[in-house]
Amino acid sequence: MWFDRLLQGVLDTLLMVGVSSLIALLAGVPLAVILVTSGKGGIFEAPTLNRVLGAFVNLFRSIPFLILMVALIPFTRLIVGTTYGVWAAVVPLTIAATPFFARIAEVSLREVDHGLIEAAQAMGCRRWRIVWHVLLPEALPGIVGGFTITLVTMINSSAMAGAIGAGGLGDIAYRYGYQRFDSQIMLTVIVMLVVLVALIQLGGDRLAKGLNKR
Amino acid sequence: MSAVSARVAQEQQPFAPLQQAQQRALHPELGNAHVRFIGLGKTYPGQQTPALDGIDLNIQHGEIFGIIGRSGAGKSSLIRTINRLEHPSHGRVLIDQVDIGEYDEDRLVRLRRRIGMIFQHFNLMSAKTVWQNVELPLKVAGVPKAQRQRKVAELLELVGLQDKHQVYPAQLSGGQKQRVGIARALVHDPQILLCDEATSALDPETTESILGLLRDINRRLGLTIVLITHEMAVIRDICHRVVVLERGRIVEQGAVWQVFGDPQHEVSKTLLAPLQPALPAALQARLQAQPPGPEAALVLSVRVSGKDRQAPELSALFNLLGGRVSLLQGGIEPIQGRALGQLVVSVADSPHSHAHVIERARQWAAQVEVLGYVV
Repeated sequence: MWFDRLLQGVLDTLLMVGVSSLIALLAGVPLAVILVTSGKGGIFEAPTLNRVLGAFVNLFRSIPFLILMVALIPFTRLIVGTTYGVWAAVVPLTIAATPFFARIAEVSLREVDHGLIEAAQAMGCRRWRIVWHVLLPEALPGIVGGFTITLVTMINSSAMAGAIGAGGLGDIAYRYGYQRFDSQIMLTVIVMLVVLVALIQLGGDRLAKGLNKR
Repeated sequence: MSAVSARVAQEQQPFAPLQQAQQRALHPELGNAHVRFIGLGKTYPGQQTPALDGIDLNIQHGEIFGIIGRSGAGKSSLIRTINRLEHPSHGRVLIDQVDIGEYDEDRLVRLRRRIGMIFQHFNLMSAKTVWQNVELPLKVAGVPKAQRQRKVAELLELVGLQDKHQVYPAQLSGGQKQRVGIARALVHDPQILLCDEATSALDPETTESILGLLRDINRRLGLTIVLITHEMAVIRDICHRVVVLERGRIVEQGAVWQVFGDPQHEVSKTLLAPLQPALPAALQARLQAQPPGPEAALVLSVRVSGKDRQAPELSALFNLLGGRVSLLQGGIEPIQGRALGQLVVSVADSPHSHAHVIERARQWAAQVEVLGYVV
């Protein structure tokens, strides 16, 4: 029974983190591309758009996750119809993860040598093709590394979400470990989290290293 | 025809396109400039002094044209206006008589496919193999795969890297990286190749092999090469004509042998100085400004500027100077089939007075400088 409950907790955590990170990946990369290319001297220079987007990202990045989660309750209810359970946690997690990941991806994109963009322009590359054939492939190892960090941070945040009723490992640790003083459960959850984070980090590092040809 | 002049004539052969180009440069009405700058200027935002100022220049079809100057002279800005990586503030750039100033992205992309460019730091995509790097310009232009494969293979063979096609740039030496850069720049069969300090990050030996490759490409494909460099030796080795830039202005231009043989502007002289052999320290120490006695020997520096195409006749110089003439230092270097160089000679026991000796030396060479006297 304990085993079932823990397994369910792991699955819930993986589901919350997986879904929110996947959306963050799909939304964060384009966001990062826009942030980089619309900046000063970028290939799609648009200072106003850049400033507005930048401010928006900073706004969400500066709100602590616990507060963001509570503040988003009406919005969450609007989207998923409930404020309880795994899917309700996915909404604030996604909204926290996207700007977080976008900023990290932005740094990797910005680090792509300007000479490479110039070379691409000189060879007669259209701007969108520069994004696709130069910027993204060159920044890929950094983006993978950034996504690993995002996953680990999301596991951290999902535990917080668990504490206010989202399910997952955080929920188990809070209810059994904290409220019932069951240190055995607490310890088991910690070990599982450590293993989970270690596996993600290891996998991410391997992948990033394999992609890095420099 | 004497043996010497036969050899000189032979050496001129490689520069046959140059003579055509020079013809056209001297008579603009005869030929159509490949690249033409008219009153070109560039001022970067927030800067007082212009990076380029009033540049008027013609670059002819098939020539290797050098742009030289100190760092910050505007070389980079100038070469980048040719493929519009840099937008001039005023003035026009004409390529084959067409003003490229008003080009939209579509036409610019097509223009850039006719102009290859190589860079000081190579700018190869690190995440792509050698093959993929060379293939990229064709891929983004939507060239079908079969055609791409044929072209990439052909170019890798041209630059001698066919066995490296699966390798990533990080595993290549500097010279090999630049060869990939050249292959990539030529993959669209451009008519113009721009070289932005293409050999400045390379050691002398590799520089020589890259310059050899560029010269070969110029001859075989007949494409116009525009290069910028701060190394005079690069200009000497492959260029036909050269302009010297200083603070965004052209201070000197001409055939390479002319500028090298007889530089007019201070900046050209400074840039050329490293190519001149320094006077040996032992001789320098013995030199005196005034003749210490009647038996003192006069030391002259005689400059051979290549004005006539013959190799300089030393016996004529010796006969003119009279007395015992010794060669202390010097050498002749063929540039574009002309003999250029500097000879340091001492003249002792001449029947002529010192002033007279100098005057007679001037009959043989335009530039004669008195270095001093030795006993």
